[in-house]
Amino acid sequence: MQSWREQPAAFFVFILPATLWLLAFFLIPLALIWVISFGERVGPVDIAFTWTLANYLDALDPLYLKLFWRSLWIAAVATAVVLVVAFPVAFAIAFAPPRAKPLLLLLVVLPFWTNMLIRTYAMLAVLRGNGYLNWTLEGLWEATRLLLTPIGLGWLTGERFVPLELLYNNTAVVFGIVYVYLPFMVLPLYASLERLDRSLLEASLDLGASQLRTLFAVVVPMARPGIVSGLMLVFIPAIGTFLISDLLGGPDSQLLGNIIERQFKAANNWPLGAAMSFLLLYVAFALLLVRAWLGARGLRDA
Amino acid sequence: MSTLPKRVFTRRRLLNTGVTAAVVLPGLSGALKAQAREVVLYNWDSYIDPETIPAFQEETGIRVRYDLFASNDELFAKLRAGNPGYDVVFPSNDWVARMIAADMLMPLDHDRIPNLANIMPRFMDPRHDPGRAHSVPYFWGTVGLGYRQSVASPTSWGAIYTDETHAGRIAVQREIDTLLAGLKYLGYSINTTDPDEIEEAVQLLLRAKAGFKTFAPDTGQDLLLSREVDLALEYNGDVLQVMQEDDDLSFVVPEEGTILWEDDMVVPRGAPHVEEAHAFIDFVHDAENNARIAEWVMYPTPNAAAKELLPQEIVDNPAIFPPDAVLDRSEFALYQGEEIQQMRNDAMTRVLAG
Repeated sequence: MQSWREQPAAFFVFILPATLWLLAFFLIPLALIWVISFGERVGPVDIAFTWTLANYLDALDPLYLKLFWRSLWIAAVATAVVLVVAFPVAFAIAFAPPRAKPLLLLLVVLPFWTNMLIRTYAMLAVLRGNGYLNWTLEGLWEATRLLLTPIGLGWLTGERFVPLELLYNNTAVVFGIVYVYLPFMVLPLYASLERLDRSLLEASLDLGASQLRTLFAVVVPMARPGIVSGLMLVFIPAIGTFLISDLLGGPDSQLLGNIIERQFKAANNWPLGAAMSFLLLYVAFALLLVRAWLGARGLRDA
Repeated sequence: MSTLPKRVFTRRRLLNTGVTAAVVLPGLSGALKAQAREVVLYNWDSYIDPETIPAFQEETGIRVRYDLFASNDELFAKLRAGNPGYDVVFPSNDWVARMIAADMLMPLDHDRIPNLANIMPRFMDPRHDPGRAHSVPYFWGTVGLGYRQSVASPTSWGAIYTDETHAGRIAVQREIDTLLAGLKYLGYSINTTDPDEIEEAVQLLLRAKAGFKTFAPDTGQDLLLSREVDLALEYNGDVLQVMQEDDDLSFVVPEEGTILWEDDMVVPRGAPHVEEAHAFIDFVHDAENNARIAEWVMYPTPNAAAKELLPQEIVDNPAIFPPDAVLDRSEFALYQGEEIQQMRNDAMTRVLAG
């Protein structure tokens, strides 16, 4: 590859639009929020910039820390589930016949054609007490009852169908995150599994390793860059989520994202909301550092 | 059977992100001003009948652009950094006071709103805007309990805060009203500034929380309709709208009294079409126009002349026009400055997070 030093003018022309974009729509707004996080409210709309640390101290209130742990925990569980679900999917696509691959990848990204809000609402229609999933279960229940009653076992099914309580709890929030963020895991996994050297798998199997051992000793280590990318792409947005917990969660499902949103809207306390956002951002940043470190180690090992 | 929420009407609406009607904000309005007169409205969803806007456009030749918000805080957050081009917005009473305190509203020219004469006198000098210098009332209403009659018959706020019969079948609001109703249950004023009374309400709610199904983003009426809950803390008109779809649903204002609210029409500072804004406000308070809107939105109107024109069953419906006895026990939420506001919001945050 040609070094940029040989053609600096061309290089700068090409990089300029992206730089301006980042500056105008990412760095400047971020800097504003950063400044606000050191501000003090004076009156309903005015914020004085006093470089106080009070907002950060407020954000470290035990109540918010509890929510922070809850957010981390829910995001971690959801990310783990996403990995377990996405790996076989990505594996299957990577090893699918070449003609089928574009179609399968299309199916993975298809949900993105619908707004995330709409998809989350659709989950309500599926999961609620009077929703598709419970209707299906009720149908199965009735069929079972019809089958069992003539042979005197009708009592096994119970008096009446009790719909499952699938919504308005933390499980529903995890489920929602898994559903919404699944493609973010499948795609990087697919990218690294696709590049995987098949002859290494054959060698492993030929040399007597079991399928499972080949998976964990050969495939997983080689797919590690994809796994780490996928984990980051899912985990980082998941710790800040508020929409999913808002719609699918119950009284104990408020996450840090909900409380941040509340500071910017109902509570009208932008400085506190900004401080909380930045604490969350620092966590995400730390995770990226870990990732870079893991990546460097991976290169050295390889 | 349809499974998606089949609501046709809904006012304070599900989508907190504010699904926007087909409106492009008039960033170019300055350049285009000479061509056509227009007015840009920012209102709650399903809070006007379908005929009024076309009638206004036809009668006045003023083009209407219409944009929707989902909550007062969304409206406030959008306007606090400067008016993005709205001429008439519809905040609730305590938010009107807050916007006046922040000097976000223009004084109104009463001479240009002759239909103000139709407004009931008791609405003309409210505490949140003395003398109506900045606001004109649009509709008002109550907060109460929507419930499924076949399984519940609440008379007190205790039905959701202390009674365990309906545990797990209760939806409350994420908004501050849930806390205010708790204060009412305890026999305190919703406008109390006593930290001990507020703390008592917080503790009440934290104990009751196990029985709540969810802190709904103002979707209690949908949860009632889809049988997810049997009791929901909601605005009267929201519940009335779903009562039309399900006879088993009903609405009651608990005996301890409740929170009254009033949505106003105001002109935010920086509005590009002040004259047209006044024309629209006046048009809404024409007796016939107002009666038509009132019949559609199912909220009580402050317009005396319009109330005369309403069908008797609406005027006599206690869920729409609450009886005086209910009003006597109820209060409007007041804006008492940022410190008090902060204390109440922190209390609600503790309820949500705890």
